[in-house]
Amino acid sequence: MADEVNQEAREPSRPQSRGGDRGDRGDRGERGGGGGRDQGRKFFRRKKVCKFCVEKIDDINYKDVRLLQQFVAERGKIVPRRLTGVCTPHQRRLTTAIKRARNIALLPFAAR
Amino acid sequence: MQKSYEVMFIVRPDFTEEDMDKVISTLQTHATNAGATVANVEKMGKRRLAYDVKKFQEGQYVLFTLHSDGKAIHELERRLRVTEPVIKFITVRTDEEHQRLEKIRKIRAAHTKRAPAESTPAEAETPAVSA
Repeated sequence: MADEVNQEAREPSRPQSRGGDRGDRGDRGERGGGGGRDQGRKFFRRKKVCKFCVEKIDDINYKDVRLLQQFVAERGKIVPRRLTGVCTPHQRRLTTAIKRARNIALLPFAAR
Repeated sequence: MQKSYEVMFIVRPDFTEEDMDKVISTLQTHATNAGATVANVEKMGKRRLAYDVKKFQEGQYVLFTLHSDGKAIHELERRLRVTEPVIKFITVRTDEEHQRLEKIRKIRAAHTKRAPAESTPAEAETPAVSA
């Protein structure tokens, strides 16, 4: 985390990409390759779809650890929507489910 | 007002099956005495805890499904807190969620009935999900 901030500070060449664009950095990984950034996002990106919409999972239950684990990072953090592609209503339910699962020790609050 | 709840709790891992059954049955009677109806009791078995709880790394999960009012749940929670072998518990109200799911199912069924041929199932289902 701190690394990222430092890197950003060392790159004064992209001043306007700090605010709104910050969000979609993590999912692409290669930051230098995004040449189209300044010309109105011409780079290719695979369209992400909400897993719950596609597979028609209505019930996001806190007991379903297997399902929830897909949306929890290694350290136990909830993975943001912009990385997983989950739609807002489902992310909301997912969040509460993960938090419930944490409360009953099915998922870790913080791993290691 | 009758609502449906789920109460999940963890019993310490060194309890044998018999001890577990004893704990469960006493809690069950306490729940019924308080005015709740226990619809289902599920033993979910021994599981590794995601973090240490009272220095235990494992726990035996039990799930109660209840129909009750808030007071009975309050009483049951108090009992759980007092019961020593129970190391952790959580209560979740489920009736609203069940209603929501029922609604979605209905909308979905209506969609598939109305247009079974011309629209793909994905098209029919998307409004139901977002609703």
